[in-house]
Amino acid sequence: MAGLPRDEAGTAASYASLARPLLLPTWLIIGVFLLLPVLLMVVYSFLTKEFRGGVEWTFTLAAYEQFFVTRGLFGDEPPSIEWTYIIIFWRSIWQAALATLLCLVIGFPTAWFIATRPPQSRGIWLFLITIPYWVNLLIRTVSLRFILRDNGPLNDALIVTGLIDAPLPILNSDVAVQIGLFYSYLPFMVLPIYAAVERFEFALSEAAADLYANRWQVMLHVVLPAVRPGILAGTILVFIPALGAFLAPDLLGGAKAFMIGSLIDEQFRGSQGNWPFGAAISVILMTLVLIALFIQARAASRGAS
Amino acid sequence: MKGVRHYPGFLAITLVCLAVLYVPLLVVAVYSFNASTSITKWGGFSLRWYVDVFTGPEAERFGLATWNSLTIALIAASIATAVAMSAALAMIRGGRFRGRGASYALINLPLMVPEMVVAVATLIFFTTIGLTTGYLTIVLAHITFCIPFAYLPIAARLSGIEDSYEQAARDLYATRWQAFRLVLLPLLGPGLMSGWLLAFIISLDDFIITNFVKGAGMETLPTAIFGSVKQGIKPNIMAISSLMLLVSILFVSLSYIINRRGRRAAP
Amino acid sequence: MDVAVSIRNAVKRYGATTALAGVSLDITNNAFFTLLGPSGCGKTTLLRMIAGFEAASEGEILLFGQNIVDLEPHLRPVNTVFQNYALFPHMSVIDNVAFGLRMKGVEIAARRAKAGRMLELVHLSALADRLPSQLSGGQQQRVALARALAPEPKVLLLDEPLSALDLKLRQAMRVELKQLQEETGITFLFVTHDQDEALAMSDRIAVMSQGLVQQVGTARDIYEVPVNRFVAEFIGETNLIDVEVTRVSDGMADLVLPSGQRLRCSSAATATGRHALSIRPERVTVTPDGQLTATVERVVYMGSDLRLLTRLEGGREFTVRIQNAARTAVPEPGARIGLKLEEGAARLLAD
Repeated sequence: MAGLPRDEAGTAASYASLARPLLLPTWLIIGVFLLLPVLLMVVYSFLTKEFRGGVEWTFTLAAYEQFFVTRGLFGDEPPSIEWTYIIIFWRSIWQAALATLLCLVIGFPTAWFIATRPPQSRGIWLFLITIPYWVNLLIRTVSLRFILRDNGPLNDALIVTGLIDAPLPILNSDVAVQIGLFYSYLPFMVLPIYAAVERFEFALSEAAADLYANRWQVMLHVVLPAVRPGILAGTILVFIPALGAFLAPDLLGGAKAFMIGSLIDEQFRGSQGNWPFGAAISVILMTLVLIALFIQARAASRGAS
Repeated sequence: MKGVRHYPGFLAITLVCLAVLYVPLLVVAVYSFNASTSITKWGGFSLRWYVDVFTGPEAERFGLATWNSLTIALIAASIATAVAMSAALAMIRGGRFRGRGASYALINLPLMVPEMVVAVATLIFFTTIGLTTGYLTIVLAHITFCIPFAYLPIAARLSGIEDSYEQAARDLYATRWQAFRLVLLPLLGPGLMSGWLLAFIISLDDFIITNFVKGAGMETLPTAIFGSVKQGIKPNIMAISSLMLLVSILFVSLSYIINRRGRRAAP
Repeated sequence: MDVAVSIRNAVKRYGATTALAGVSLDITNNAFFTLLGPSGCGKTTLLRMIAGFEAASEGEILLFGQNIVDLEPHLRPVNTVFQNYALFPHMSVIDNVAFGLRMKGVEIAARRAKAGRMLELVHLSALADRLPSQLSGGQQQRVALARALAPEPKVLLLDEPLSALDLKLRQAMRVELKQLQEETGITFLFVTHDQDEALAMSDRIAVMSQGLVQQVGTARDIYEVPVNRFVAEFIGETNLIDVEVTRVSDGMADLVLPSGQRLRCSSAATATGRHALSIRPERVTVTPDGQLTATVERVVYMGSDLRLLTRLEGGREFTVRIQNAARTAVPEPGARIGLKLEEGAARLLAD
């Protein structure tokens, strides 16, 4: 067939005949090195643990049982619910949810403020927000660990100003982890909301104001419904990585503030590791993420209709 | 009345937001110039820790780790950019075809799966097929998760280029290949450049996945820093961190400038 | 006369929708030929099929006798002026104009010389080294023309090239395009939805609607002897009244006007019965002894002329255009007036 065809919708289709060959490298790489490994991981979570970190190819539900059920220290008691891991998951979920909320509270006004600057200065503001996002997360977390120490700059500053007498033990607590999560993912909230507000038709606000709505009524009834997709996108972009975060809980939280990320990491360290159990925790984490994505997709489509 | 765009307090919150984002970076930069051997006490301005980075006892370890990080990022970003460009051509210029939706999901899969899960899955995969973890496995993992980052700016750029340019080229006797090389590729240039830069930084920054698939004895800069930090934050870490900060800021600024230029040159 | 492009029963379907429902056309060599129609009529699809950007679902396209439907666009000796010009933004004006010659393998000195001559032709020699983004809309338009003409195509395809220009520039370009066509002797196939453009430039016009050619003819043909209701209403302004036809023969018809008066006029209809009669508003004069009687409802001042909105006996609206001359007596709203059809003013339509 000759020509540079267009499809029914009239969109460009000059590479229609090459579409599949052009996608082949993507399928080979992501398919082989991510999709296949994720599927294999699911299989792994049903395998039997061997000593020294290996597995035996015998199918068992042991990993999931270990997660949910306890039979006492010596395995001779009647089965009851194992709370250890559920509590770690629960802590991860509410830490991630709280971080998302805090990011929204700070991120929305920031995104709004930037999007309403004149076009020339808008780029500079946006640039300022993006720079920290591109700086190594490890370095940023290490810096927080340094700042939050008992004799770090924060406590020094608080003592010098006379607000406190003795250093606050912030490091190695849930508070420190929360600060870390909030700080790590804040740009993820600002950017999608910014994109939504920038596209917002301000004549709508003017129309509502003209019809006697005050500033906050305009925000509630006109702006929020319009920029909802941006807010939903930001929420998911903060919540998902925060849920599975490793660096913030590991470097700021210590043993008391254990989260899913550290729990998984532990299963793959040295001879103490338990690969099928690590795979099972990963599968449960992925299930939670899929549920979150599903809820977001539902909310987004409801907003669109 | 200040108009419907103005909300009281939003400027203040924006400044708080910027302060939160920048204070940790500034603290790292300031303390990297601390003359004191103790990380907690300020002992005056000095460049000694920068000298230490290049000549100190850990210089060789960090030098090797830096070399690994840079070469891995270079390879991963280049391959990911080529793969992403090919995918973007199919997705943006391929019309409708069976498997388009699945392909789109696949390209974005590395963004959807939590990093920790990617790390676990990749480690299990390499172990199962018997590939020894090391430089190669890091490169393969990095190419994979860099693809969506390279894809975003390339696809955005491509959908902004009207297909009439390629048609005009074909109309003026250019073959499909000539139309691609002489017209589409130059127009796509800024998108390719920002895609490559993003992929490069993402690869350079990765810790979690690298930490899982690096194997024993192999270090990249983030894993080396992490290892040191676990034993306590020493002043030379501040200097290395500041240097990495500088590199990141340079790269982002470059990407920003290229994008602006590109947008001005092409309609 | 040579036929440059011959389209035989061309059909284009996109899934369930049909863009072209079987078009046959012969386009004479060295002519300025226009495809005219509302958006969605299939005119651009037809043009893009000739250029090779769309594959025909059925039918043949012959270029000087050779069937080109299976040729890739770069193998077809036709060039296109795109609606948005599609000038390569990363190449200078002269490189844009020389692009086609470069692809044909013309060596650098020769192609630059040729491109320079083309820029002279469109009066843009001074801007040869600029980038397209540094030119005005009108200048870009000329570069696009020069670029498409440089490889000396057998047919030049123009896809609504004037639609992005402002009114003044558009009117100037009409004259220039026609001149350019006469100077180069290349067949121009021009697509537009603007009837003024079509009438002003074209040697022949094909009026299209709903994927079909409705009428092919000179500007005078389609305005004065439209074949059907669509053409009569699409080109210019017209009054349509239902009449009873008593006899048709040799393209003439005898009919009865609503007033009862009889009339003989040219006819596209071939059968007796009820048909629509088209009467142009400017071909009617206001006189006491007209064939039709009407009541004036409103007088609209249009500058060079006046428009009388009237209602015929029996209730149909009827518009009359009279010149705004000093001696014109303008009837008041409410007045009953007689309307006289000029010789040849009425045309009986086929449907």
